[in-house]
Amino acid sequence: MSTLVEIRQLSKVYERGRERLEVLHHVDLDIDRGDFLALMGPSGSGKTTLLNLIGGLDSPTEGTITVDGKRIDSLSEGALAKWRAAHVGFVFQFYNLLPMLSARKNVELPLLLTRLSSAQRKRNADVALELVGLKDRSAHKPGELSGGQQQRVAIARAIVSDPTLLVCDEPTGDLDRQSASEILTLLQELNRDHGKTIIVVTHDPKAAEYARHTLHLDKGTLVEEGATLSATAASA
Amino acid sequence: MKYLHLVWAALLRRKTRTIFTLLSVLAAFLLFGLLDSVHSAFTAGSRDVAGVDRLVTVSKVSFILSLPKSLYERIRAVPGVQEVTYANWFGGIYQEPKNFFPSEAVAPNFLSLYPEWAMAESQRKAFRETRTGAVVGASLARQFGWKIGDKIPLKATIFPQKNGSNDWTFDLVGIYHATDPRLVSSENLFFFNWDYFDEARQFGNGNIGWYISKVADPQEADRVAQRIDALSFDSDHETKTQSEQAFNVAFVSQFADIGLIVGAIMGAVFFTLILLTGNTMAQAVRERIPELAVLKTIGFSNHSVLALVLAEAIALLLIGAAVGLLLAGLVVTAVRLKLGTAVPMDPVGRDIWLQGLGLAVLVGLVVGALPALRGMRLRIVDALSGR
Repeated sequence: MSTLVEIRQLSKVYERGRERLEVLHHVDLDIDRGDFLALMGPSGSGKTTLLNLIGGLDSPTEGTITVDGKRIDSLSEGALAKWRAAHVGFVFQFYNLLPMLSARKNVELPLLLTRLSSAQRKRNADVALELVGLKDRSAHKPGELSGGQQQRVAIARAIVSDPTLLVCDEPTGDLDRQSASEILTLLQELNRDHGKTIIVVTHDPKAAEYARHTLHLDKGTLVEEGATLSATAASA
Repeated sequence: MKYLHLVWAALLRRKTRTIFTLLSVLAAFLLFGLLDSVHSAFTAGSRDVAGVDRLVTVSKVSFILSLPKSLYERIRAVPGVQEVTYANWFGGIYQEPKNFFPSEAVAPNFLSLYPEWAMAESQRKAFRETRTGAVVGASLARQFGWKIGDKIPLKATIFPQKNGSNDWTFDLVGIYHATDPRLVSSENLFFFNWDYFDEARQFGNGNIGWYISKVADPQEADRVAQRIDALSFDSDHETKTQSEQAFNVAFVSQFADIGLIVGAIMGAVFFTLILLTGNTMAQAVRERIPELAVLKTIGFSNHSVLALVLAEAIALLLIGAAVGLLLAGLVVTAVRLKLGTAVPMDPVGRDIWLQGLGLAVLVGLVVGALPALRGMRLRIVDALSGR
């Protein structure tokens, strides 16, 4: 497998007034194309910060991030927005759907930034919704869906523009065990059947079992790499 | 256009708040449309396109003081004056006080100075020859269903007859029409013979309310006016002569500076509107910070977010303004139907719509600017983590 994400000497420091907080400390990391990686660690360990940096939501204080051969650490804000639109799909703990829009319209959001026609956008959104098993709920608004269904819509939104990379921040953190299992299985299918490279931040070891690999962060440093696998986890 | 549903969704997010804000905007633009029409009603005379060659001479002390009739021949003799006529305010009411319209006693040649009013020659002749004859504008005649030959009783509010009666009866002998549609508001006047008025009135006999002179060359109007005023210089009836338009403006401003009042009211209304809608927009955007952060996360640029919030504010204002102006148009139409030309209000026309919608866009930009900048500048990571 080729390397999709290459991180070198990555540091992130937050400054709040006089306080200086180093969240990530000289992290080196390679993530292969087609990998399904779980980032674990205690609260404040820097796992979400690392995910945000890989997803282009934030800029590092030091170091480089190369995704699919492109350095993103030095991109301007505007260029980074365009890059995210084309290459990254995001899934959040609290779904972050727009409450006034139907499931389909939520899924269509990333496609508004493309040149696709309205009919094409609708078609693509329906395909994505079908993939997550919610085509029959496409006209429903988020408030009319369960938590698990909302997260499926969020996943459909994340994959609708066929991104290079899927980043998920605690995607099951707000779900019951059954729904969490369904979401993780869905992510696993996207990885296995559709070749999506997925990075999941989670504090739940059971969730991490669905990933191909698990990395642990502590105080901003990678401390351990575990190899897990998952065919078995899917049925666990 | 593909983002329109996002703007719409944002507006419908809190329906009650949006409806109340829309009502505020609607009320402001309803007032905007109505007050402009009221302003037009007060300034109708000053906007007349006709009359640039007419001068009005009144008492220098006060418009309500009369002038001696002896001035008539002297003004006629002033170089540059082509023709002179005169008139007196009567101020009668028809049947009941609400039926008030301008009524004036005028000289026999009065109408000949107003070529913008068309009337059959036979009717002009009848007016000159009928002592109790009266001429009215077509709109006024339509309003009360008058026709030639009708006897029209007016109740005097200032001038009783010599027998003490306030009831004056006139014979309608002519109906004039404005030849220029822009002058249709002048079709609300009632004229009758000055000779009959002067003979029958209880007091003030032999005095004139104001003179109107037609100048041979409008370019010479100022100099002619000075010559007319020089006739009465240092007398007990000094005069002030000015163009008819200037006179109309001065007449209206005797009551109040309508433009200033309308401007002050609208200023207060729109200042309040800006505070209100500005607060609403700020609140709406504050509540949606995580949603805006999501839009930026999936690739919407800073400027897209800025444009979306501004579009939301402008849409709110435009919808409210459109409904407000529509209602203003309906109200003005209803008032015009009810009062006829007694109050010459302009309809809410294209200019008012353009001004109103332009104002709505401007207010939208003002009230949307700060929230839009906030949305544009938000840091995704902070917004998503609730910081």
